[in-house]
Amino acid sequence: MTSHEMIKVEGLSKSFGPLEVLKECSLTVRRGEVVVICGPSGSGKSTLVKCINGIEEFERGQVWIEGEALPSRGRAAARLRARVGMVFQHFELYPHLTVLENICLAPVHVLKRPRTEAAAKARALLARVGLADKEAAYPAQLSGGQQQRIAIVRALAMDPVAMLFDEPTSALDPEMIGEVLAVMLELARDGMTMIVVTHEMGFAKSAADRVVFMDKGAIVEIDETQAFFAAPRSDRARLFLSRILAH
Amino acid sequence: MTYSWNWGVLLQEPYLQWLGWGLALTLAISLSALVIALSVGTAVGVLRSSDHAVLRAVTGAYISVFRNIPLLLQMFLWFFVVPELLPAGAGHWLKRDLPYPEIVTAIVALGLFTSSRIAVQVSAGIDAVPRGQRMAAKAAGLSQLQAYRLVLLPQALRIIIPPLTSEILTIFKNSSVALTIGVYELTTQTQQIQSITYQGFEAFTAATILYVAIAMTVTVIMRAIERRVALPGTTSGGLHVRF
Ligand SMILES: Nc1ncnc2c1ncn2[C@@H]1O[C@H](COP(=O)(O)OP(=O)(O)OP(=O)(O)O)[C@@H](O)[C@H]1O
Ligand SMILES: [Mg+2]
Repeated sequence: MTSHEMIKVEGLSKSFGPLEVLKECSLTVRRGEVVVICGPSGSGKSTLVKCINGIEEFERGQVWIEGEALPSRGRAAARLRARVGMVFQHFELYPHLTVLENICLAPVHVLKRPRTEAAAKARALLARVGLADKEAAYPAQLSGGQQQRIAIVRALAMDPVAMLFDEPTSALDPEMIGEVLAVMLELARDGMTMIVVTHEMGFAKSAADRVVFMDKGAIVEIDETQAFFAAPRSDRARLFLSRILAH
Repeated sequence: MTYSWNWGVLLQEPYLQWLGWGLALTLAISLSALVIALSVGTAVGVLRSSDHAVLRAVTGAYISVFRNIPLLLQMFLWFFVVPELLPAGAGHWLKRDLPYPEIVTAIVALGLFTSSRIAVQVSAGIDAVPRGQRMAAKAAGLSQLQAYRLVLLPQALRIIIPPLTSEILTIFKNSSVALTIGVYELTTQTQQIQSITYQGFEAFTAATILYVAIAMTVTVIMRAIERRVALPGTTSGGLHVRF
């Protein structure tokens, strides 16, 4: 494995009981690369992303983060997970903590950073996404777009080597999608390695280096972004794309 | 009926003192049992919510045993039967050397009985926290213990404050079962007063008022706690039963 490979997935398979949700998935993401994953509902996109940072266990295959194999459980797994940021569809901010406490929780308790240092970093990141005035607010007092930007900041506060996004804008009102995508675009421009599950084809076109198309638990094709939008190779991807672009 | 009322009896010595001691013992037993019930109940409730099959089975058995055997029978079992089942040395120590064995037994029995009920509430509370919270905590690299302590329990405990309040009220009422193993708590003392003075109405009225006062105090304290930990921007979720 060469040093410019940030995330490597090989032969990953997973079942929920008799249902095989991931079939021999393999994918390599280079340092600084942005990869968009798309595909029909139930195709296994969320499951794949959750396996990549080990919050979901899998039966076969292997995942490497910066060349280090992800153990299935234990302390070492938690340490490796902490290096990959994750942003969820429904934000999953901790409702009982203020914005600042949300952002500082893992840096203080996992990375053992001094509180003042963690808070200073949190404030700097909040300012970057334009939410400096919200540090004392509770999640329930914020809009969806604000909550998702804070969820991104919460992940960034851990100094991740890569970021995973699982449909970060699909729970948002249309007028709030833009503010979240803008933060993600800026991250991509700054060279963050990103895997983004999304149906925002505009974002894919402008930010993604490559597009992964999944169907029924398998990675059907991986293309350079331009090639994907110009002419997907598989019929299934072509059908999916025509539907989503017509939409 | 020719009952002669005499409220003054309640203020005479030693009866006033008896009531005072009874009240003190009721409070001491209930509060000590509450400490046991909350700590054991939280621990069992957390283990019950884990995805480890063995832990779930063991905690399930614990809950069934302590919840389904009547409290009165549990008091008898702890007081009369358990010392006989233990190795001779330990049994002797319990019967002879342990200070105030009936009080200690009452605290343990009431504490463990209530812990099983609190365990059910805690694990239901944890189940009521959205699944994504557990995932978010895990994704951030928190250990299981940290996830429970920092993310899941603070939310679960907020959710269960209303049923927990009624459980705490019940502990004070249930402490009167300690009468059956010879603890001179409030109800026992009341009975003593009535059997010596024949002023049963007065004695039991006094006890009733004291129990109601305890209940009101508990309710007021729990409401204050609930208001204090309520999260800004949310409407308080629980169901309230006023009494
Ligand atoms: N915890 C679970 N238990 C059982 N089946 C599950 C579980 N989670 C997901 N699945 C199933 O696995 C399959 C893949 O689900 P997944 O959520 O990964 O799909 P997805 O591509 O993210 O879909 P969507 O676009 O709807 O989010 C689906 O058939 C789903 O029903
Ligand atoms: Mg999904």
